[in-house]
Amino acid sequence: MIPLLLIVVPLVTGLISFFIKDDKTVKGWALISSVVTFAIALAGAASHDKLLFDTTWLPLLGSRFSLQLDGMAKMLTLLTGVSFPLVFASISSNNYPRSFNFYALMLLMQAGLMGVFLSADVLLFYFFWELALIPAYFLCSQWGGEKRIQVTFKFFIYTFIGSLLMLVGILYLYYKTPEHSFAIKDFYALKLTAKEQGFAFWLFFIAFAIKMPIFPFHTWQPDTYEQSSTAVTMILSGVMVKMGLYAVIRWILPIFPTAVEKFSHLIILLSVIGMLYASLIAIRQNDIKRMIAYSSIAHIGLMSAAIFANQQVGLQGVMVQMFNHGVNVIGLWIVTDAIEQQLGTRKFSELGGLAQKAQGLAILFVVMALANVALPLTNAFIGEFLMFNGLFRYNIWMAVIALISIILAAVYTLNAVQKIFYGETNELTERAYDSGSNVKLSLVVITIVVIILGVYPEPILRLTNDTVNAVLATIK
Amino acid sequence: MNAIITSAVCGVIMMFSSVFVENKKTYRHIAAVLLLLLLAVNVADTYGIRLFHIDTKGMLLFDRFGYFFNSIAIASTLIYVVLTGRDIEKVGTYTAEYFVLIFFVLCGVTILSSYNTLLMLFLGIEILSIPLYILTGADKRNLKSNEAALKYFLMGSFSTGIMLMGITLIYGATGTFDIYVTPKETITGQPAIVYSLLESAGLILMMISIGFKVSAAPFHFWTPDVYDGSPGVFTSFMATIVKAAGFIAFIKLFDARADASGVEANAFTGVDWKMLFAILIVSTLLIGNITAVFQQSVKRMMAYSSIAQAGFMLFALFSLNDVAKEGLLLYAAAYSLASIGIFAIMVKMKDHTFEGYNGLSKTQPVLAATNTIFLLSLAGIPLTAGFFAKYYMLASVMKTSGYLWLVIVGVVFAAVSVYYYFRVIQAMYFKDGEATITEEVSKGFKVGIIVLAGLIILFGILPQSLLQWFYF
Repeated sequence: MIPLLLIVVPLVTGLISFFIKDDKTVKGWALISSVVTFAIALAGAASHDKLLFDTTWLPLLGSRFSLQLDGMAKMLTLLTGVSFPLVFASISSNNYPRSFNFYALMLLMQAGLMGVFLSADVLLFYFFWELALIPAYFLCSQWGGEKRIQVTFKFFIYTFIGSLLMLVGILYLYYKTPEHSFAIKDFYALKLTAKEQGFAFWLFFIAFAIKMPIFPFHTWQPDTYEQSSTAVTMILSGVMVKMGLYAVIRWILPIFPTAVEKFSHLIILLSVIGMLYASLIAIRQNDIKRMIAYSSIAHIGLMSAAIFANQQVGLQGVMVQMFNHGVNVIGLWIVTDAIEQQLGTRKFSELGGLAQKAQGLAILFVVMALANVALPLTNAFIGEFLMFNGLFRYNIWMAVIALISIILAAVYTLNAVQKIFYGETNELTERAYDSGSNVKLSLVVITIVVIILGVYPEPILRLTNDTVNAVLATIK
Repeated sequence: MNAIITSAVCGVIMMFSSVFVENKKTYRHIAAVLLLLLLAVNVADTYGIRLFHIDTKGMLLFDRFGYFFNSIAIASTLIYVVLTGRDIEKVGTYTAEYFVLIFFVLCGVTILSSYNTLLMLFLGIEILSIPLYILTGADKRNLKSNEAALKYFLMGSFSTGIMLMGITLIYGATGTFDIYVTPKETITGQPAIVYSLLESAGLILMMISIGFKVSAAPFHFWTPDVYDGSPGVFTSFMATIVKAAGFIAFIKLFDARADASGVEANAFTGVDWKMLFAILIVSTLLIGNITAVFQQSVKRMMAYSSIAQAGFMLFALFSLNDVAKEGLLLYAAAYSLASIGIFAIMVKMKDHTFEGYNGLSKTQPVLAATNTIFLLSLAGIPLTAGFFAKYYMLASVMKTSGYLWLVIVGVVFAAVSVYYYFRVIQAMYFKDGEATITEEVSKGFKVGIIVLAGLIILFGILPQSLLQWFYF
């Protein structure tokens, strides 16, 4: 029942939100809904077994409404569950025109994301994959910067082409299954020739690569993150990009082991190029949002490289890091949003000296920044260490080149801290004040997570251990 | 049989009602009741209750496929009349006659879904077309409407000529009008190759002529002008139910020939039909989608979009398997319902350009929300009926192994189609403006359009709620 509730609660509360026209009520409603979902996700994660839900859906096509909550799904539903209350709490003092639409679409997006992480049926997975995208399209186009309509459209078309190619791949494999079914176990049991794998692999991978995004499919990402409203960006970069990584682990590794072996070198190379390239561009940015966007591409690049390195330790690192990156990046965005709401700018050149005016915010931002650099004692350190370990075992040179990006990360992140919070105040930042308690509360929660998981990552490692072993077993 | 006769009788009843009923507003209510009756009669027929016992000498063959399509067509027409009945009244003075013509078109549709000889095919196409020529020119003080009617009539007659020629050649080859009979080995001792050639030539002519009716490129040139010129309410009817009927006629003919020849579906009469259809599909998708991108008016965009959608329905003709036939029925329903909805909203708008829709979400939230669902369905986004329609089409081709490139071409153009459908959504939701409607929409209209959108979502989540009637 828990897997179903994880989808139904945000879906139903989201649909109801369309009709709550009062701003205050809808904010409270959305917050309550997201807290309830979080509690359910926690309950799911606390259970020791793999939770399943299965009911008939499309008998004519051989597709069932079947959900499974295994280790990886537990971790990701937990991430989704924890993200939304944090986001809702931190933006509760912001004003969005027609806010009932905003919160309704946010909750619908949450339902879609939950569905993606839970589906144990490929057609159902495809459904939720799109269901998460449609609210995102409306959210990004309706609230945000001036160029948002064009930018979001590019984002939509980009990901839609990817999804359609995936649909072709799904159909291709569907007709290879003996009894024409979309069930995950039938797809896992497929015996494909190397040629079939090589070809279907790309149909799936392009969709996921666009979503992650990895170089050279990343061009939609910085623009979209910059233009859309920061609350939406939090979800896009905190949770939605994990869809791509998740899908690679869930579908590509077990179904196309031969193709993975064949193309892993190329994909790791692309990921590593993307890491360096994005880090270098991040250094040159003058906009906080664009800086974080490029930094995010670099982090995702490392995760994708570690997935394809096919080492147990690397895969465990990915699991840990998916959660940590999601939480950390949301922290960075919350600070960005707090600054933008207060001062109306995100440009480094117009900021400075904020630490004198907003001490609390400054301290919390520094913690986030250190986590972004993956300093020991922060949660990101564990994940990145494991991933580099995996990459190192795969190919030492790739690991060495990828390590450069850590240095670059320190350059741009610390640079941002310095430019925003230290130095002299100017006319604009003279008037700044410390942000509200709701923002601080969210950030404190994130800080606690950062430090606890930085010292004691065991819970997530244990949670996702079964998935890692299961995936590796199908490959070997 | 029930539906063929009843629809003709309903047409006559409608005609006389214009003599006895003075009030113009009553006609649409009469029409709606008669359509409901027609639907009931057809459903009864499906369950084996025959009202008329007429020996058709094998000229008509009633099967589940035909009945089911009739039901879809009649139900769609009912929804269409309920939603746009008021706007039909506004076209001109002869309101009752418009409904008469719609019933006669339905008579043609029901013949097309059950013909078993080429003669009945021809009759069906003509009964369907001639009322349409008149409806196109219904707005007789409007030059564009007149031009459209004349153009449609001339081009239509031309294609009818081609069809007759095709029928003649096939008759020459087989010695019968029966669509299930293939040429005998030798009739008069001549080698079979002659007959095979005659039959192929005949079938190619049929393909051109029906391709014209369903506006497949390169036989689509009449479509934009006629759809744009004729009154919006009738464009809606023409672009949806009538077009779907054309496809049913199309697939029945080629399915029968492939069946009868008993060889691989793509090689009967020695012509590579798969290749011919693939060419037709690619050119239709290309022309329909690319041209739709450049349109400035929603009405013209919908005209090109209907060409593009025809390209997708042609996938069924390409693969000719069970998935294709099932899928074509679903596609016909999904496409018709969504287009009827979009047209019903469009005829309420003052300005039919994309700019005319700017800010509709603020002035008319219900219309904007339902219009979005219809557009998403046409674009083939999951959770709407359009997704499963496209899914079935792609799956049918995928089942015919070896044509993966065609599936990929299909999805690429599906992505292109998102561009122009979403332009309307962008205008309604994200652009500022004061979209105005010609008159306040009634509560009934709002309820109707919400129900229609609900149906599209229902078929999008559970397509078997529609398709189970095909298997019951």
